[in-house]
Formats: sequence, C-alpha cells, structure tokens
Amino acid sequence: MITFDTRPEAYQHWKLTFDGPIATLSMDVREDAGLSPDYKLKLNSYDLGVDIELADAIQRVRFEHPEVHAVVITSLKERIFCAGANIMMLRESSHGWKVNFCKYTNETRLAIEDASEHSGIKFLAALNGICAGGGYELALACDEIVLVDDGNSAVSLPEAPLLGVLPGTGGLTRVVDKRHVRRDLADFFSTLVEGIKGKRAVEWKLVDRVFPTSQFRDAVQKRARELAAISDRPATGPGITLNPLNPTVSESAITYSAVTVALNRAKRTADLTVHAPSGPQLSTPDAIVKAGDQFWPLRAFRELDDALLRLRINEPEIGTVVIRTEGDIDTVVAIDKTLVDHRSHWLVREITLLMKRTLKRLDLTSRSFFALIEDGSAFGGSLFELALAADRSYMFHDDKEENVVMLSPMNFGPLPMSNGLTRLQTRFLADPGKVDELRAHDGPLNAGDAEEAGLVTFAPDEIDWDDEVRMAVEARAAFSPDAMTGLEANLRFAGPETMETKIFGRLTAWQNWIFQRPNAVGEKGALRVYGQQGRPEFDWKRT
Amino acid sequence: MISAEKIPNNVNLSSNKRLQRALEHWQPKYIQWWRDMGPQGFQDYHQVYVRTAVSVDPSGWAHFEYVKLPEYRWGIFLADPIPDRRIGFGDFFGQPVWHEVPGEFRNQLRRLIVTQGDTEPASVEQQRWLGHRCPSLYDLRNLFQVNVEEGRHLWAMVYLLHSYFGRDGRDEAEELLDRQSGNRDKPRILEAFNEPIDNWLDFFMFTMFTDRDGKSQLMSLSESSLDPLSRTTRFMLTEEAHHMFVGETGVSRILQRTCELMREAGFSEDVRKVGGIDIPTIQKHLNQWFSLSLDLHGGEVSSNAASYFANGLKGRAKEDTFDEHVVKDACYRMEFFEDGRPATRDVLMRNAMNEVLRDWYVGDCAAGVERWNRILEHAGVSERLRLPDRKFNRHIGMYSGFHFDPNGVPMSKEQWEKRRNEWLPCAADSEYLLSIMAEPVYQPGRFANYIAPPRRGINQKPVDFEYVRTEQ
Repeated sequence: MITFDTRPEAYQHWKLTFDGPIATLSMDVREDAGLSPDYKLKLNSYDLGVDIELADAIQRVRFEHPEVHAVVITSLKERIFCAGANIMMLRESSHGWKVNFCKYTNETRLAIEDASEHSGIKFLAALNGICAGGGYELALACDEIVLVDDGNSAVSLPEAPLLGVLPGTGGLTRVVDKRHVRRDLADFFSTLVEGIKGKRAVEWKLVDRVFPTSQFRDAVQKRARELAAISDRPATGPGITLNPLNPTVSESAITYSAVTVALNRAKRTADLTVHAPSGPQLSTPDAIVKAGDQFWPLRAFRELDDALLRLRINEPEIGTVVIRTEGDIDTVVAIDKTLVDHRSHWLVREITLLMKRTLKRLDLTSRSFFALIEDGSAFGGSLFELALAADRSYMFHDDKEENVVMLSPMNFGPLPMSNGLTRLQTRFLADPGKVDELRAHDGPLNAGDAEEAGLVTFAPDEIDWDDEVRMAVEARAAFSPDAMTGLEANLRFAGPETMETKIFGRLTAWQNWIFQRPNAVGEKGALRVYGQQGRPEFDWKRT
Repeated sequence: MISAEKIPNNVNLSSNKRLQRALEHWQPKYIQWWRDMGPQGFQDYHQVYVRTAVSVDPSGWAHFEYVKLPEYRWGIFLADPIPDRRIGFGDFFGQPVWHEVPGEFRNQLRRLIVTQGDTEPASVEQQRWLGHRCPSLYDLRNLFQVNVEEGRHLWAMVYLLHSYFGRDGRDEAEELLDRQSGNRDKPRILEAFNEPIDNWLDFFMFTMFTDRDGKSQLMSLSESSLDPLSRTTRFMLTEEAHHMFVGETGVSRILQRTCELMREAGFSEDVRKVGGIDIPTIQKHLNQWFSLSLDLHGGEVSSNAASYFANGLKGRAKEDTFDEHVVKDACYRMEFFEDGRPATRDVLMRNAMNEVLRDWYVGDCAAGVERWNRILEHAGVSERLRLPDRKFNRHIGMYSGFHFDPNGVPMSKEQWEKRRNEWLPCAADSEYLLSIMAEPVYQPGRFANYIAPPRRGINQKPVDFEYVRTEQ
C-alpha cells in the first residue's frame, strides 16, 4: 500500500534547505530506495516515491515557510540534474500504474506553477548537468531555467526517439504553449536523443540562460534573489506545521478526522463522507495561524486530498464513489466568508489554493462520482463544489423542505477548474446569465429550487429515493471502466482549453494510447526492448 | 599514397571540395590549439625526430624525419578497405557494411565518435608540461611522438564528424578544441582526462593502462558496421601500439634501474635514498591508473552498451574470435556486490558488453605486468607487481560508492580513508617524484638516475642519437 504522508526529515531523495527568502530543493535520488526493488533509480531518475517527496516539499514551503519567496530546484549529483522517470520502472509497471504515476507527477508540476502564479513563490530550475525527459519537464514547470554551459549538459525530451512514447508530464505542451518554442524547432528538439545545449538552447528558448560552471552558482543565487524580490509573501514567519494525517486504515475503511471513506469491494463502490463542523469558528488570520493545520477547511481538504490519492493508487477496482457531507451547512458558509474576507492573508490564501487543487484532483480522478444530498448534509459553498464536481448529484426531496444546499462567494471564483472557469460557469455554459442570477441569490435552496436552478441532477422524493439511488450506483458500477473513464473525462471539462486541460487531455488521449500499443509495450516494442534485446520492431501503419 | 596537399590523406580529399573546405577551415584552429595547449616550450625552436604517416602500408607509416612540432603533417589515413566486408555482429549480422551513416543511428554514432575524439586532445593537454622534466632526449621524443599521434587521432575523428554528420558534426569538431583538460568551465568529457600528468611515472602508467583502454575501445570500434569508422580506427591501432610500447618499456626501464640501485645499495637500503623509485611507489601508480582505466570502460550493466552492440555500432575486441555474433539470448555470469556481500547473477550478454571488453582489457594488462615481473625476477628481487582487484578504487559502475582493498575485500569508508595512502599515490609520493625529475636531461645519450637507457634506439638510430635538437 502506498501512502503519501512524508516529511523533510524522512526524505530519501531530496534535500530541502533554507537561506532567508530562498529555499533550495536539491535532488539526490538514492538508487536503491525506489518503491520497488526491481529497478535502481540511477542518474537521479525518479519513481512515484521521489515525486511524493517533491510534492510534500512544495506544500511545506507554502505552508511552513511564508518567508520563502523563491525556490531553486537543482541536484546534488555532479553533472547530472535529472534523467527523468525511471525507464525500468515504466517498463515493469502496469498500464494503470503508469497512468496514475503520470497524473500525479503532472499535478505536482502544476502545483509548482500554481504556487508561482498565485502564492508569490517563484521557481528557478538550476540545471547543473544533464536534464532529460521528466527532468526537463520538471524544469519546464519552473518560472525560469538556467543551464550550466560545460560543453556537455543538455536539455532533452528523448522519449519518442528512444522509447517510442511521449513525454508524460506536459513537456511537449509546455515547450510550445508556455515557453513558446517555435513548433518546427520543438519538432526537431523532441526527436533528438541527446538534446540541445549551450547557446542554441537559449536561442531556441528551451532555457532562459546558460552560465559556465565557474559562474553558475553565483548566477543562480543572484537570479533567485531577484525573483524573490517580486514576491508579496511576508518577510518573516512563522508558518504553520503540517502534521501527519494519521488516518485509521482498515480493510474496509480509511478514517480521518473530517473525512471517512468506506469501501464496498463487492460492489466496487466507496462512500466518501466529509464532516463539517458546527458552532462558532475562527474568523481572524491570527487565530487561523495559531490553529495551524487544525483549522477545519485545511484539515478537511488535506484529508480529502489524501483520500483521493489513496483511492487512485491503492484501490483501482473501486470504480464508483458516492460523496456525502454531513454537519452544519451554515457553519461551512460562515467559514467560506472568513476565507474570502481575508483572502489576501498568506495563510488564508494558501488554504483556499489547497482547496482549489484538491477539487481539481477530484475532477481529474478517473472514478465515477455521485453526490448524494440527504437530510443533515452540509453542501454549502465550498462543500457544494463537491456536488458540482460530481458526475451526477441526487438531492433528497423531503416533504418539509429542510434539506437544502447553499452557495457562497467560494462558488464564484476562488475555486476554478483546470479550464479556468468556475464549476458553475462550466455547468451553465449555455446560459452565463444563470451564474449571475445565482450569485444574486441569498440563502438556502431546497430540493425543488435546486433542481429548478439546475444545481442538482435529480431530486427524488421519499417514494423513489432508495431505489433511484441504488439503481443508479449499481448501473454505474457495471459499465466498462474504460468507457466510464473516457466518458467522464470528455464531459467534465466543457469550455475553453487551458495549458492544464491540454496537458491532461493530451496525456489521456495520446500518451495513454501510445503506452498501450504494441509499438511501445509489445514484445518488440520500443519501451520493452530499450537497452536490452536490441532494436524495436514497429508496426509501420500510421493510425 | 602521399599527397602533397595541405592535409595529407588517402581519402582523395581533393575530390571532395565541401569536405576539403571544412577541414581547411578547421585546420588553423587546430594549429592554434596545438600551440596553446600542446607541449609547452617545444613549439618553435626544437626539431623532433618523429615518425609521420605518409601512407597506410607498412613502409608508409614508418617514415622518420626531423620536424618542428607545429609543422607536423597531421593527416587523414584510413586502413585499406576490405572488399565485400559484412557486418560482423548484432541485429544486422551478415548484411553489407554501411558506407554512409544510417539516420537512425546518427546520434549514437556521433556520441561514440565525439567521446573517443575528446580523449585524444585531452591527453596532449594533460601531458603538456612533461617536456620540462624529461629523463632523456629519447624519452622526450617518445612523448612528442605520442602527442602528435594523439593529435592525428583527433584529426581522424574530426574527419568522420565533418564527413558524415553535417552541421552538428562541424559544431562538435569545434567543441573538441574548445573543451580543455582540467578546465572547470569546459572540461573534457571523461573524468580521467581532466587530471594533469606532471611526472613521468604517471606518463608511463598512463600510456600503459589508459592508452590500452584506448586500444580496447578502438578495437571494438574497428568492428563497427560503419565502414569509415572501422577503417579509421584500424589505422589508429597501429599508432596506438607504439604508445603502449612507450608506457610498458618506460616502466620496465624504471624497474630495471630500481633493481640496479637496490643491488648497488645492498638491497636493504631504501631506494629513494639513492634517487630511485621504490617498488611500492610503482605499485601505487599502477593501482591508480589501472583502476581509473577500468572506469573508462563504463558501467558493468549498461543499456547503452547493449544498444551499441545490437545496432552494430560497437562490437567486442576481436569479434571474429567469438563463436556467436548475434548474442540474443546468451548470458554473462556477473559478479555483483549486494548488501555487503559478493553474489553472482546472470545478465543478458548484450547488457554486459562493457564487462566483456573489460575482461579482455584486464587480460591484456596482466600479460604486461607479467613481463614487468620478469625483470624483477631476473634481477633477483623478490617483490612483484600485480593488478589490483577490479573492485578497487572504482568511481564508475556498481562498485563506485563502496570501498575495497587491492584484494577486493570490502571495507568501511573509515578504514579506507586510513589506509588509502598505502595503495594510492599521496602528496608525499608525487613530491618525491617531482624532486627527482626537477632537472630535465637534454644531453644526447644521458639518462636520469631513476631510469635505465633503452636497449635500442628509435628507427635503428643509436640510443645517444639527438632525438630532439634545437634549431640548426
């Protein structure tokens, strides 16, 4: 079983050091400390375990070190920055594992870009040596890339020529869409095993600057300080501590303080419940800083994030997830108000951004989600995003009309999807005016109102509820899991394309297809024969 | 045959204007590099009695004359083509060899050629100060002979880059002159070529062991399916043989002199007191250069090596002596070091090609050490030299990061730090060597105290011939 909790003292592959406003995150992968003993993580190549530490480090810089304004990502291995994802690991992995691995690493890279864009933390990739494949994709996620000019170190995306697959972490998309490398040059670059170095790498915009070895360190430090100077983060701490989540895990349940996941393996379903608090809540930034990771929205969304990751990696056969909430809906909406009122405070901002990323993680999870809005539920504001993220929602239409949902300012901006729109905007693409109407609406909406407003899919009453819900879940769990994955991914992201939607869309459509094909993974496929039995044999028909 | 053009060659250069222009453009940069980074202080006022290749038949590459080093006629010589040569190994076994670079393997071949090419100027740079400490004019000439031929080997690789790799090849050819041994910003590609060689014991050990790695690399490249690469490296091997001769006989003559000094001093005396080089110091230098040169063969299990072999780019030394040349399923029984213990496991032979070549190399070295020991035996000295275990002092491959003594016994880092100086040259050793080499010996026929004269001179000339003379 894979877990995602770690802390800097336990890192095997990274070193996180601090020097005033600069944090340095140095890759030093331990060859023999991969998640599986079947491969060695040579040349700073990585597997999921390495990336879990990277994600943790970035999260901790955000929450634990508000005084950090720029992060340098580099390596402690001489003349090697990072050789990318470990090829032996990819070769030996199941398709599902590869997809989950790529998805997670993509989310980590996007979290870097999110921190840059919204948290005021700039990232500088300091490439002190060869930087291939996923190594370069990590660099591409940073704001700027500097490369050592030692006549040897190059950046490369050798996946296609070497392995017959594609860069799996947004490399191709970022080269043309973020760095604006001309497409013909990008084409040449992406077919070049040994990559491009020195002046040409700068001319083609593959990196921002190159420095000879003797000037490299100083130049990196200087640039990092310049990047740090533009941050709006506080000059000093304290930050808060992200303590381990420590869920109770049994054969049939994962239980956190505010989230529970009950697994029904026979039916291949899970019941995911988020518990909302009640009573008065913290309402000032100082109190929130003091409460640290125990402040409810932070606690609940960290737990939800962890639960989603565990479901993805450890429970591949749980295909349908039923989402419920319980607790006091007014309290949830009150907390939302606090978050919005103090949105310029660094910690409040971080909490909101974490909520956003967690909801995106849900959008990108290839499981069917049905939200059940029942008596005693707390689908208000940010928690109502769970219902909006679900593929369908069922709201119990009670006679007394006490079962309600509520909207808050959190539904109208702070929690956008990958496509850059809010879930409400995406939901009402046909009628943008509807979003304005809903924004103007104050107060709860009962089942009838919610159905009328298009906020829920169905609102069965007492007579129908049990059967409707049971049959819907059973039917869903019986469909082809591949068809559902594709169907949901197509329907969830209506609206405009962004770099983010492109990255995941292309990953799903192309990389995951190529990863399945005999030309990659067949007996004579390029990924399979790489470095072993000789040359790949291709089926030359273009598809 | 000999060509009177700017660039001597047997590749009919004058008929290929494009290539000729490219090489003529590169030539002045090369000469500038030679002046800047070649033998220091021996450029304009000395004439050296060197062998210059004027054609590839046996008489043609043994042509001797006095030349000023910058005027040496570096040229391009390929061994004669073998009619209907076929690919000798890998997935294309039996097919006709390639006379052009297949696009599919362009990058791999370029990498191989650049890596090989980079070592050639590197060694010239490493050795550029040695002339000021030379033990005799005979040795000085040998040093320069080695240097000019390493320079010619650079030409050989640059010819391939210019001929077959387009603009990238030309860029790489320039970079071969831009990188400099030991330069922090533009180091040579392989680590062993970034350390200066400032005493003659190191020089002889380098030519014995590191040039022998050059020999095994050239032998494996001479099997290549790319015929021009094969023909180029085949001719380079004839020159490389002389370099190893210089190394092996250099150490032999030191050993011989050490034995004489020991005898004169009554065996029990420390040889250093009479200005000789003691056998333990020689052993330490042997340990150093042998282990460094083992590293040059690359990792034990290597996907690059497998791919080079499969694609027919780089074979095994003496491929034709093997029974089977495709080597699809064969395995190599390899020693591993796991959890602090040795273990053996089967590895696909193709992935073990570096180790196969290393086996050949170790055998070739062992034979040379055997010849050295015969000198000790003849002199009635009981000490013997030996090759350290191949796990000793490794920085590349699966033994790097661990510590072993010369017998291959694992040890802790602390133990290693404590005993390292027993096995590898230390500052005191190199200080001593520099002290006995401080005065160069420039009189014909005279030799430094720590080295015996050779049995015979070069090209039938007497030992006291003036092999290097100042301008007449």
